Amino acid sequence: MAAYKPVVVQACPKLGEKITQDTLYWRGYKTPVQIKEFGAINKIDFSPVPPYNYAVTASSRIHIYGRYSQEPIKTFSRFRDAAYCATYRDDGRLLAAGSEDGSICLFDVSGKAPLRQFEGHTKPVHLVGFLSDKYRIFSGGDDYSSNLWDIPSATEIISYSEHTDYVRCGCASKVNADVFITGSYDHTVKLFDARTKSSVLTIEHGHPVESVLLFPSGGLLVSAGGRYVKVWDVLKGGQLLVSLKNHHKTVTCLCLNSSGQRLLSGSLDRHVKIYSTTSYKVVHSFNYATSILSLALSPEDETIVVGMTNGVLNVKHRKPEEKSENTQKKRQPAYRTYVKGRTYMPKQEDFCVSKPVKRVLRKYDKLLRSFQSSKALDAVLEPPIMLHTPEVTVAVMQELHRRGTLRSALAGRDEKQVNLLLTFVARRVIEPRFTPVLVTVADMITDIYQPVVGQSAIVDKQFLKLQEAIGKEIDYQEELLEVLGMMDTLFATFTKKKDTCLEENKSNGVTEIIETNMNF
Amino acid sequence: SRGFARRCSRGLRLPRSARAPSAGVTAFPPCRYLLCASGDFVKVYSVNTEETLRLMGGHADLVTGIQLNPHNHMQLYSSSLDGTIKLWDFMDGIPIKVSSLGFYLHLHFYPLSGPHSSVLLLVSDRFFFLWSDTFQLVSVKLTKGAGQDLESKELSVVLDGVGASVKHIAFGREGAYVVSVKDVTLQVYFFKRKLLNRFSLSTVKTKGGDNRFSCVVCHPTEDCIATGHADGKIRLWRNFHHRKEYTYSTLHWHHDIVMDLAFSVEGTRLLSGGVESVLVQWHNESSCQKDFLPRLGSPIEYISMSSDGALCCTLHTDNRITIINSNLRFSRSIQGLIKSRDVKTGLVVDPRTKALVLNGEPGHLQFYSLQSDQQLFSLDIVQRQYIHQAGLKQSDLVKVAFSAQGTWLATVEESEEVTDPELQLKLWFYSEETQSFTLNTRINTPHDNHITDMCFRDMDELGDDSLILVTTGRDCVFKVWVMVEDTDPEGKTHESVSWSCDFVGSYHNYQATNCCFSEDGSLLAVSFEETVTVWDSLTWDLKCTFCHPPGNIRNICFGRLTCSKYLIGATDYGFLCCWNLLTCALEWSAHLNIVVLQPDPLSEHIAAVSWLSKESSLFVFKPNEPRPLYIQRNLCKEKILLAAFVPRDEPETISSEKYLWLRKSQLFFLTDTQELMTLSTKSLEERLTPSSKQLAVEESLPVTPFSLLLGKHRHQQAQEDTDLGKPVVHNKQEQASPAVKELLHTPAHVLPSASFLCTIFINSLLISKENKSAEEVADEVEMESEKADGDSDEEDVTVMEQEDTSPMELLGEMTCKLSKSQEKELRKIRKMDYSWIAAF
Repeated sequence: MAAYKPVVVQACPKLGEKITQDTLYWRGYKTPVQIKEFGAINKIDFSPVPPYNYAVTASSRIHIYGRYSQEPIKTFSRFRDAAYCATYRDDGRLLAAGSEDGSICLFDVSGKAPLRQFEGHTKPVHLVGFLSDKYRIFSGGDDYSSNLWDIPSATEIISYSEHTDYVRCGCASKVNADVFITGSYDHTVKLFDARTKSSVLTIEHGHPVESVLLFPSGGLLVSAGGRYVKVWDVLKGGQLLVSLKNHHKTVTCLCLNSSGQRLLSGSLDRHVKIYSTTSYKVVHSFNYATSILSLALSPEDETIVVGMTNGVLNVKHRKPEEKSENTQKKRQPAYRTYVKGRTYMPKQEDFCVSKPVKRVLRKYDKLLRSFQSSKALDAVLEPPIMLHTPEVTVAVMQELHRRGTLRSALAGRDEKQVNLLLTFVARRVIEPRFTPVLVTVADMITDIYQPVVGQSAIVDKQFLKLQEAIGKEIDYQEELLEVLGMMDTLFATFTKKKDTCLEENKSNGVTEIIETNMNF
Repeated sequence: SRGFARRCSRGLRLPRSARAPSAGVTAFPPCRYLLCASGDFVKVYSVNTEETLRLMGGHADLVTGIQLNPHNHMQLYSSSLDGTIKLWDFMDGIPIKVSSLGFYLHLHFYPLSGPHSSVLLLVSDRFFFLWSDTFQLVSVKLTKGAGQDLESKELSVVLDGVGASVKHIAFGREGAYVVSVKDVTLQVYFFKRKLLNRFSLSTVKTKGGDNRFSCVVCHPTEDCIATGHADGKIRLWRNFHHRKEYTYSTLHWHHDIVMDLAFSVEGTRLLSGGVESVLVQWHNESSCQKDFLPRLGSPIEYISMSSDGALCCTLHTDNRITIINSNLRFSRSIQGLIKSRDVKTGLVVDPRTKALVLNGEPGHLQFYSLQSDQQLFSLDIVQRQYIHQAGLKQSDLVKVAFSAQGTWLATVEESEEVTDPELQLKLWFYSEETQSFTLNTRINTPHDNHITDMCFRDMDELGDDSLILVTTGRDCVFKVWVMVEDTDPEGKTHESVSWSCDFVGSYHNYQATNCCFSEDGSLLAVSFEETVTVWDSLTWDLKCTFCHPPGNIRNICFGRLTCSKYLIGATDYGFLCCWNLLTCALEWSAHLNIVVLQPDPLSEHIAAVSWLSKESSLFVFKPNEPRPLYIQRNLCKEKILLAAFVPRDEPETISSEKYLWLRKSQLFFLTDTQELMTLSTKSLEERLTPSSKQLAVEESLPVTPFSLLLGKHRHQQAQEDTDLGKPVVHNKQEQASPAVKELLHTPAHVLPSASFLCTIFINSLLISKENKSAEEVADEVEMESEKADGDSDEEDVTVMEQEDTSPMELLGEMTCKLSKSQEKELRKIRKMDYSWIAAF
């Protein structure tokens, strides 16, 4: 014996973006804070130590912002010309920056005047960074050279002139204190070892390199240039692992999230894309107002800071984790009540009586079970169901139609109910998934209430609305068919050639068969 | 003894050769067995375990009625269309008495208890009018003697013009009167007073009411008759001793014909059932008090009460028996092959269970195990509440296909409406955890018109990537469906798979009728009306076309194994064609009206069933040989609609050359009357022996002769061990002495006092060296229990000693001299059934 089967409500798959863990995670940021800087923001760097201040380099200034401050808490403005690439040391106490005049300044974060100044580059220095031993600085300049400096003595240790164009980006290895890489507009990325006189590895990116990044493990290298982001395996001698082409303008900056699981790239096309570092597929993307020049992510992904070409700093803070307040508010029954009897193991001589599982049925299902058609229809014509889940209403109508009782369920209704019904039908009849059922319903309603047309202004108005909706839909469908016809002619011209060859084939087959038949 | 005399036999025309347990008569002797007439057989079911205990064959034609002997509840009368009445001992399945009545077409009968001990029969008109409406009720006196062929010729007509069905006749309390209904007339005949009262209802149909009688029953203790009517009313007649002052009251709940009625044993409750498939229980003959047992699955055909009133059973139109408790709770159901309205799905074999898969209950797919003649399970495909009402457009399952491993199941359902079929294609995945199919993808309106055929590309070696589903429709296209993996970028959270359309093919706007993949999956053949098109399954290019005008293609299939270069097709105009795919030419053709074309999945053989002038013939051939391997003309009178090759578990050894093609798989047919048939190489007797010799083991523990022997052997070893001074722990079950058994199996209220039993019980547990004292006590107990067996035991013992010691000696260390208890044991062994040995 079977139990009552509830009405099947056909769920429609939701189109559009899929909700994944990533979208949920990356959507969890508050509305951005916009801060206006003086010029294009070429570098943003987070201090690696709490409270995770960040240094923003724009035009001739370096601003240091606190986590939630909208005003800079400190400014370094002793630059004659534009400053570039203000970078924190690992301990967060020193800050190095290059400048347009070719000098490199080293600042104490708490001081104002530069501690050291490294002179040697003849052209603007766009790249400055600390090696992981904390005592050396590497730099790259528009004079095609990349240099290594000693901090205590403020002297140049070594100068490599291997690039053939501006050196604009670079990165130090976190595992090896002697290794750093530089990317240049000569389309190459070079890996230098401070202990050797020349570069150890050269990678051909194919486009002017705008940004490079080393994975924390030091094994993988990411370079961005042109529209491409490329991932290289350093340990295999610079083998290309994957090439990503998800931006439609030059990619300007790269950044890893704190866990190293996601790679972020910002581009002039106003997008920040987030890749999974396992599958290298885009899992999420952000949209910004203008072209992006720089990008940084604070530890624990608390803040995303994006610098634009128009000098706007866009700061997004993470929403605080929603601590399930609801569960706290709701008083749960005491643990004892919940557990009572659950752990009892029946003994061998016990006679077990199973409690029948109570099935919860919706109201309309209960009514349908007892064959109360009109009441079941009433139940699904209630505004909450009708407005939010029209598929339930339609499913019940379909079920009633299947049972042959739809007509009697629709009949005998007063003005208000007919009005409600007609509103629903007129609104939903054009939805393709509801059309087959609602057309029948509309047919029946017009049949049943034809004699009373003209007696109520409200109902008449609804009938007119229905007529209008259907008329519009018919026009629309006609147009669609016209378009389809046009497309067909287009397709036909494309496939003409293939068809003829099929025709030949077919005729061949038939003639052969006829021949064999004659043989029989 | 009156217990079951009320409702006599009832029969139902059911497939004869079908393996389905078709319905018939039900009767509960001591509430443990359920008897049922099924085709030519009478089946005995166990009420507790639902299994078929015995199959009693012997009638040459349809069994029309069965009835327990009112004098002995262990005996059963059965009547058949072959004109005989048999008295059976249904515990042993032995016919005790056969009474031949000659030439009657139909007989249902009612053994009457009473002084004259005659049997009343409802016999067809004695003239040979096959479709004559006039049936007579005659009484026949059966002779007392127990012989095999008795002629009973003492006939006397009791009633003329009775209804043909068993439901139209009922006997009043203590057999005082007989009631018969026909159309709108009710006749009551009083035996003692020799009085016939006739009551008529008006024939005028008022308010759509239909007054015709559908069934009649009598109250077991009062003078009251309950009749069911075609319009769903139940009338309770009283005072029918008088022609004028009779009264009746009406109960009305059913909206359609009342199929059957039954009174409870005390007569306080009346059960009724009909097409609503709801069992209604009326209390005290009042219409205000009633209980329902709804959703029994299919229309109720018969209702029967057990003699002690504890159980009730309903018999449904779809070949199912439902057993219901007295408190109107569903207890269990006995079902084999469910008879559906129309087998649209065809016969499909589930690769996983080797079960036959076809339409079952409305909207369900039944998995029917051929080996055990049981329904394995029923899969709800449509998942909608089925409303039993005439004139509704029901949606039902029309196509089924399995992938090669049975991991995927595709089903198509459509409603009966011609214009808007409301098609749904569903794909089900077999989940190992739940051990059943779960819905994976549902596609609404996969085609704009009816789907004509569907097949999977099933290739074991290429894995899941090669899985492709092809559907052909009357909307002139065929569609190719593929699996789409819907993975996360991470690829680890959850991997979901769904199906979507990959390719739509058509050919000159002809309706696509059939599709079929070649064995290696590289080619797809789709037939479009008159033409067969062959497509490359990789690029979906049309490779070549074949046709054999005139006539549409009815069936196509590819050859297998060595014949894989051939494509076989059958046309409407009665041609069977074989095309060679390499030369693209017709290899051979034969003029045959082929209805069914079925390739064997395990060999090159193809079975074709033709239908010509009211007879079906079977041809088995290999595509590379134009001469068929096997021809069976006149296979059956009915039209065969479907066929299926079911792989055997292990290849059968077939000596005859003629049946060699049946070695690896068995061929099953389904006819238009829904009979399931198979070709068997054995004779009827051979097939029947294993089932008819099956014996119900009455003990709670399964005791086989082998286990008894083994127990004996161990016992002796243990004895030796004790002799050697080793402590032995005895298994309780091994030495379950008769005393303990007696103690455990006797109902508590008939046991003697505990003090009396105590010594016996303890003695039986003692381990004595000689086993003397315990055995003696045990003997006593056993003697008591076997008193009924009486004297015949003594004679057996002597014979037994000679016979049965010989196998014992094989075990060695056996004392030649047997103690008395051992003899008892041996006697027991002898009573066991050894037929199972024959199986080895």
